[in-house]
Amino acid sequence: MTDLANPQADDAPLIASKRKEAGADAAGQLPEAQGDALVGNAVTINRPVAEVYAYFRDFAKLPSFMENVERIDVLDDSRSHWVVKAPGGGTVEWDARITEEEPERLIAWTSEEGADVPNSGRISFRDAGARGTVVSAVILYDPPGGFIGRVVAKMFQREPAIQARRDLRRFKQLLETGEIATPAMNPKQFEEMGL
Amino acid sequence: MKALAWHGKHDVRIDTVDDPEIVNPRDAIIKVTSTAICGSDLHLYDAYIPTLKAGDVLGHEFMGEVVEVGAKSTLKKGQRVVVPFTIACGECFHCGKHQYSACPNGLPADNQDIARELYGTEMSGLFGYSHMTGGYAGGQAEYVRVPFSDVGPIVIPDGVDDDKVLFLSDILPTGWQAAEYAQIEPGDTVAVWGCGPVGLFAVQSAFLMGAERVIAIDHFPHRLELAKRFGAETINFEETATYEALMEMTGGIGPDAVIDAVGLEAHGLFVDNVIDQIKASTFLGTDRPHSIRQAIIACRKGGRVSMPAVYGGFVDKFPLGAFMEKGLTLKTGQTHVQHYMPGLLNAIMEDKIDTEFLISHRMPLSEAPEGYRMFKDKQNEVTKIVLKPGMDRAAA
Repeated sequence: MTDLANPQADDAPLIASKRKEAGADAAGQLPEAQGDALVGNAVTINRPVAEVYAYFRDFAKLPSFMENVERIDVLDDSRSHWVVKAPGGGTVEWDARITEEEPERLIAWTSEEGADVPNSGRISFRDAGARGTVVSAVILYDPPGGFIGRVVAKMFQREPAIQARRDLRRFKQLLETGEIATPAMNPKQFEEMGL
Repeated sequence: MKALAWHGKHDVRIDTVDDPEIVNPRDAIIKVTSTAICGSDLHLYDAYIPTLKAGDVLGHEFMGEVVEVGAKSTLKKGQRVVVPFTIACGECFHCGKHQYSACPNGLPADNQDIARELYGTEMSGLFGYSHMTGGYAGGQAEYVRVPFSDVGPIVIPDGVDDDKVLFLSDILPTGWQAAEYAQIEPGDTVAVWGCGPVGLFAVQSAFLMGAERVIAIDHFPHRLELAKRFGAETINFEETATYEALMEMTGGIGPDAVIDAVGLEAHGLFVDNVIDQIKASTFLGTDRPHSIRQAIIACRKGGRVSMPAVYGGFVDKFPLGAFMEKGLTLKTGQTHVQHYMPGLLNAIMEDKIDTEFLISHRMPLSEAPEGYRMFKDKQNEVTKIVLKPGMDRAAA
């Protein structure tokens, strides 16, 4: 079982829980968890698990399908620096450290001291046979306060679940079709529209 | 380039917009030679479909010449192609099952949210059919950017007229799939509501699939005349009580299969229709489902209901009790065009299916706004309008 579940209630994943404590429950199941606002999503990608995992593990490539992520600098084997767009043209940043990794199964992370938006989470990969690979994301974050909070809240609290879903959908499109669907009429428009 | 753009209810105009360019590697650019106005374009014209924006280029039935290709397109410049109205990737689980119109990869991720809320899942990407289906510029234009051009467009052999093959883009496969979904058995009687293009192709298809009798229902005499030409018996619902007629014509049993080719803008002065119209205009309901109600009530017990008709939202008074008690099966959905195109191209080449009979008007693209008005107001004589951008070029 790679999705976080609430063993006291039923077999459903925690991200579908109606209970207020779901975030805290999730935090209890992740190593070095930070944050208690919980979002998550799953997508099935018609490619072998080794390929899906390898693409995702190369963090520098993630901005190719993550709309809000401007840049990820890989610092060493377990640490990376994230620069994420905020509304109004600014950015928020943090360092993330891998806390758990099982190749072709899961990657868990947590943000390090000083993060603009403390967060943690786990991406799991499950071989789905002829259907490819199921990718599940569980993300915990601290809804921010203060000045940065007001800027960031717009981004994260608007519809964080929708953002996660869109990113995973683009990941699927990229791996399955080699491109990201767009109605743009020319490359310049594609650039302006963003992902 | 010139293109037909939507600006509001009953307001479409020829705008000058930027020519499309290659954006993704699998794209091709098509120079449109023929493009039709579809009955479902009237749903846009009548502002029944949400998420249209002023300036959106319409049109999803089109064909033309390949003028530019991306690095991964398999098409060649100069080839003539018909383009399916559904944008499908050919690589995903659904495409693998030939359920092309269920492909999630043609729809930009940002356009998936609305349908996700409304239908629980994303829709297929479509050309020229609102932002819910991707916001792609459509084919009622001089040029179109066609994504996944290595999977969708079918190459047309030299010497075969546009008018013969244009309808491979939508209405012919849609009529064929409608008949296939009716799961016709030898000896069956099939009733078809609506003698628009889809209904008329469903009539032809049903006979090819072994139906013994096809009964076509409409209120436009000319359209019923066309159905008769293909061997259908007809019911004019303005003159005749449809249910009573169908029961009488089928010895009290009801048709073995029924096909609703009418959809969300059913015409006719029936009580439920009038109520539905009031509800639709006050946003209490979106669709006017008279034809599907009647089809379900008329279908024989254990029979099959096929619904190619477009419905957009919620319906009231769906006869669920009749549907259950009679043990009916319903099959519906957007058309898996790519699945049917090769077989239907062969059927056209072998003269098994007549397509050109449908075209009542050919006009230059520049006259498209007039075409929409005519198509809406004169449905008896205007069965299909084909726009020819080349007629403008020739006149220029």
